Amino acid sequence: MKIKTKIAALTGIVSALLICSAVQASEYEITQEHKTFKQNGEKVERLQVKVGDTVAFRNGDRFFHNIYSLSDTKNFDLGSYRKGTARSVTFDKVGLAEIECAIHPEMYMEVEVIR
Amino acid sequence: MKCLKNMRGSGRMVLTALGCAALVVLSANAKVDNDPYLRPEMVPAPADNAPNEARVELGKALFFDPRLSGSKWISCATCHNPALGWSDGLPKGIGEGMKELGRATPTILNTAYNKLQMWDGRFRSLEEQALGPIQANVEMHKDMKALIAELKKISGYSEMFEKAYPGEGVSEKTLAKAIASFERTVVSTESAFDRWRMGDDHAVADEVKRGFSLFEGKANCSRCHQGFNFVDDGFHNIGLKGNTDQGRFAKVPVKVLKGAFKTPTLRDIELTAPYMHNGAYKTLEEVVDHYSRGGDMKEGLDPNIEALNLSKQEKSDLVAFMKSLTGKPMDITVPHLPN
Ligand code: HEC
Ligand code: HEC
Ligand SMILES: [Cu+2]
Repeated sequence: MKIKTKIAALTGIVSALLICSAVQASEYEITQEHKTFKQNGEKVERLQVKVGDTVAFRNGDRFFHNIYSLSDTKNFDLGSYRKGTARSVTFDKVGLAEIECAIHPEMYMEVEVIR
Repeated sequence: MKCLKNMRGSGRMVLTALGCAALVVLSANAKVDNDPYLRPEMVPAPADNAPNEARVELGKALFFDPRLSGSKWISCATCHNPALGWSDGLPKGIGEGMKELGRATPTILNTAYNKLQMWDGRFRSLEEQALGPIQANVEMHKDMKALIAELKKISGYSEMFEKAYPGEGVSEKTLAKAIASFERTVVSTESAFDRWRMGDDHAVADEVKRGFSLFEGKANCSRCHQGFNFVDDGFHNIGLKGNTDQGRFAKVPVKVLKGAFKTPTLRDIELTAPYMHNGAYKTLEEVVDHYSRGGDMKEGLDPNIEALNLSKQEKSDLVAFMKSLTGKPMDITVPHLPN
């Protein structure tokens, strides 16, 4: 009995947390197709997000990509990953992040992080 | 118009009437026009340096002129020799004082289409690149100021510069622009593979066709060697044995770039042995063996590379395909240098 209530309470808290984060932060998906960053099938040069938002980078090409940024706003290296898979970054600071692919330097976009 | 823009072949700006006629026929075929495996007629050039005959002629003279070097015996063509597929046939280049350079001399064929120049992509344009080797101590070892002063004293050159770049003078900038203009005429010519793509089924043997299927399919080559120039303008560590050169990593410090080099063109590949940035392989057979076993150094290996375990037949098919990429010989004439 006791255990059950605990679990119920825990589930409550967890779902509350999930809902909270869903309200506050958004998730975006950027795909890589033909060595181009795209959002909903359109080439994207700059994406505006709010502090706390997450961007998933999904590889739509039959070869690997390696998305990274060396900018102060967000310094990250997602490593190399294959077609169909995605890796995410959460932007936690206001500013401009220059996003590139290490393997294909012609791939470039910016993420503008605002309050 | 199209014919005038075309610079297929040896740097001649105007094609013969026959060439024009052939191109018109070609353009009428939409399928051929859109084929990513055929070289686009237009050679890209910056807006402030559109090639013309005077610019190409000046650039060609400079390219072949050893007076551009400190020793006065090394020209661009010493290392980028048209008789050796615009390379030097050596595992690594040899420069000033017969000293060996750190890397192999790449061909300059189709460099006009490159997004970045050099094995590590450190230069953006051919204009930027051209000034590098002249001043590099290990290559041509020449002081730029002194060179410009010397060129100004050669009256033939003053005239050529004036014709090519009216009012711009003899300068570092016009020197680089002229050399780049010449390099933009060094582009791949029609190969048996191209004739096959254009519809001539008998242009290549069956082994070539099988090799091409492998190249695009099972052997995964086209994950990196893409389109008519067989490049992805990208950088990869293909796991060469004993390599200690950091390559692209020195420029962009991201883990995957340790030991990564720019994907080279496969056009005229038969003519430019030995292969790789360090001249590791003497033959195309050795190169295919390398890929078949999935490279040697597993540390930092590009994830696109995996062991292929190709059969003997598959290996020779791949080599046959690569040999079908050799274009018709360019009829390049050696310039008379101005005095
Ligand atoms: C001593 C031999 C030598 C001489 C002389 C030389 N090069 Fe090179 N060239 C090289 C080597 C080696 C590389 C590759 C170096 C690297 O990537 O670090 C190279 C690279 C290049 C590239 C880049 C090709 C590519 O695919 O990225 C171009 C273009 C080029 N050279 C043009 C020239 C021009 C123009 C001159 C004369 C002004 C010249 N070279 C003189 C050896 C030479
Ligand atoms: C992961 C990307 C990648 C794949 C897959 C790949 N290559 Fe390469 N290839 C390269 C790079 C990068 C180099 C230059 C490496 C170096 O010098 O360090 C190269 C070099 C070569 C060269 C030598 C070129 C020269 O001028 O020295 C040949 C030939 C070649 N590859 C053929 C093939 C064939 C055939 C396949 C398929 C079996 C293949 N490649 C698969 C990236 C790749
Ligand atoms: Cu990429």
